[in-house]
Amino acid sequence: MSAAITASVALIEPEPEVARRPSFKSRALHNRTFMAGAVMTTTIVALVLLAPVIGRYSPVGQDLLHTLSGPSALHWLGTDELGRDTWSRLLYGGRTDLQVGVLAVVFPFCFGVFIGTVCGYLGGRLDSIVMRVVDVVLAFPFYVLIIALVFFVGVGTHGIYIAFALTDWVVYARMARSGTMVARTLDWVAAAEGGGLSRARVLWRHILPNTVTQAIVYSMSDIVIVILAVVTLGYLGLGIQPPAPDWGSMITDGQNFLQSDQWMAIMPGLAVVFTGISLSLLGDGLADILRPE
Amino acid sequence: MVVVTFLLLRLIPGDPARMVLGPHAPASAVAALRRQLGLNLPIWRQFWAYLYALAHGNLGASIYYKAPVASLIAPRLALTGSLVLVATFFAIVITVPLAAFAATRQDRPGDHAVRLFSLMGLGMPKFWLGIIMIIFFSLDLHWFPVGGYGTTFWQHLHSLILPGLCAAFAIVPVLIRSLRVGMLEVLGADYVATARAKGLRSSRVTFVHVARNALVPTVTLLGINIAYLIGGTVVIERVFSLSGLGDLMLSSIGVNDFPVVQGVTLVYALGVIVVILITDLVTARLDPRIRIK
Repeated sequence: MSAAITASVALIEPEPEVARRPSFKSRALHNRTFMAGAVMTTTIVALVLLAPVIGRYSPVGQDLLHTLSGPSALHWLGTDELGRDTWSRLLYGGRTDLQVGVLAVVFPFCFGVFIGTVCGYLGGRLDSIVMRVVDVVLAFPFYVLIIALVFFVGVGTHGIYIAFALTDWVVYARMARSGTMVARTLDWVAAAEGGGLSRARVLWRHILPNTVTQAIVYSMSDIVIVILAVVTLGYLGLGIQPPAPDWGSMITDGQNFLQSDQWMAIMPGLAVVFTGISLSLLGDGLADILRPE
Repeated sequence: MVVVTFLLLRLIPGDPARMVLGPHAPASAVAALRRQLGLNLPIWRQFWAYLYALAHGNLGASIYYKAPVASLIAPRLALTGSLVLVATFFAIVITVPLAAFAATRQDRPGDHAVRLFSLMGLGMPKFWLGIIMIIFFSLDLHWFPVGGYGTTFWQHLHSLILPGLCAAFAIVPVLIRSLRVGMLEVLGADYVATARAKGLRSSRVTFVHVARNALVPTVTLLGINIAYLIGGTVVIERVFSLSGLGDLMLSSIGVNDFPVVQGVTLVYALGVIVVILITDLVTARLDPRIRIK
C-alpha cells in the first residue's frame, strides 16, 4: 500500500519545470509592435490635448490679410483660404475626430459584447432573432448605411453617434457569440455549471472574461474605422459641422486649391494616416500580447 | 432589408414633409406633401403600401426631380457597376502577388515592407488617396482626366482606372493581411513539402500548388469584404465627379430628397446580395469539395 503511494508520488515528483508566462507588463514592454503603437498614440493624444498651449492660434480665428500663406515662422503649416492657422486647426480637428471616434465605439462595444455573449450562451429564439438582425445590417454596404443613417437621423456629431450605435454593435455581437459558443463546451465552464453556480455568475465570471479580450483587440481597429468614417462624413459635409475644425472638412476645403496650394489637402490626410497607423500598431501588438499560448 | 430601408424614413426627428419644405412653407403645402408621401396613413398601411409598390418594381417618386426613383437609378447603375468591377479586378491583381511575396519571405524585410504597406492602407482615407492620385497622375503627369466619365468605351475605361484603384484600396489591406496568413498555412502543408521534395522548381510550387489552393480563400474573402468596397464607391464617385449611384445618393441628400436616398440604399443592399451569391458560385466551381445545396 505504502509502496504504491510512494510510487505514485515518485511519478509526480519530478515536476517538469514549467516556464511561467511573463506578466502582461513585461510581455507588453518586449513587444516592439505594441510599444511603437503605444508611443505614437501617446504622442498624438498629448498633441491634441495640448492644442490650446501649442496651437498658438484659435482654430476658427480668421486673418484675411494672410490667406493661403505657405509655411512660415508665423504659421508653421501655413494658413487656409480664410487665413486660419493650419497647425492649430489640425490639432483641434484631431481633438474632435479622436474624441468622436473613441466615444462612438463605447456603446457598440458594450451592447454588442453583452448581447452576443447572452445569445451565444442561451441560444434559442432570442439568438436566432438577433442573428437575423445582424445578417441584415451586414448585408448593407457600410458607407451607404452610415451615410443614409446620418442623413435621416440628423447631420453632425449626434447623428454619427446614433448611426454607429445602430450598426456597429453587430460585429461585436457576432464575435462575442462565437467566442461564447466555444467557451460553453470547455471543461471548466461545465465544471462551474456542475458546481451549481447560477447562470448569470457563470456568464459574467467564467465566460465573459474569455470573450471580451477579442473584442478589446478588435475595438482598436474599430476606432480606426470610425475615425475614417467621421473624416469621410466630414469630407462629404455630413459630419462635424463647420466652423468647428475637422480633418475631413479641411480636406474638402483644400480640394478647391489643388492647382495652387496642394499642402492644404495633403496635411490633414497625413494626420489621419499617422493616427491610423498608430492605432493599428497598438491593436496588432495587443493581439499578440493577449493571445493565449 | 426592406424593413430597414422603410424604417429609415421613420428615424427622422419630427416631420419629414416639414423638413423638405422648410419652416416657412404654408401648412397646406406640408399636408399635401404628407399625403403624397403617404405619411397620413397608419404605419402598418404605409409599410404595406411600400411593400406592394416594391413588388411592382416601384421605388417611389423623387420629390426634387419629380420622376420615379427607379428611372433615376437605372441609367446610373452601369457606371457604378463598372466601377465595382474595375475595383475588384485591381483588388485581386494587387493583393495576390503581394500576399504571396510576403508569405514566401515570412519575417524577412520583404514581408515587413508589405505589412507596413497594408498598415498604411488601413489608416488611409480612400477619398484622400483619390485626391493625392489626382494631384500626381492628373494634374502633374496629365495621364488621366481629373474627373468625369467620357463618352466612348475606351474613355470610360480610362477614366475608371484611378477611381477603381482607389476603391480597391478600401479592401486591399484587409485582403493582404488575411491572404498572407492563409498562404502561410498552405506553405506549411504536406503536399507542398512533397512537391518540393520531388524536386519541382520553386516557381512551379508557388504557382501551381500554393496559388491554386489559396485562390478559394481569396474569393471567399472578397465576398465578405465586397460590401465594404461597394460602400466606398459612394465617396470615390464624389472625388472623381462620376455621376453614378453614389453621386445620386449624395446629391439627393443635399436637397432632402428622401425617397431617392431610400431607394438607392435598397438598391445597394440588393447589389451586395447578388455579388455575394456570385462569389459563392465561383468558390463552388473552384473547389470541388464545396457543394451548393
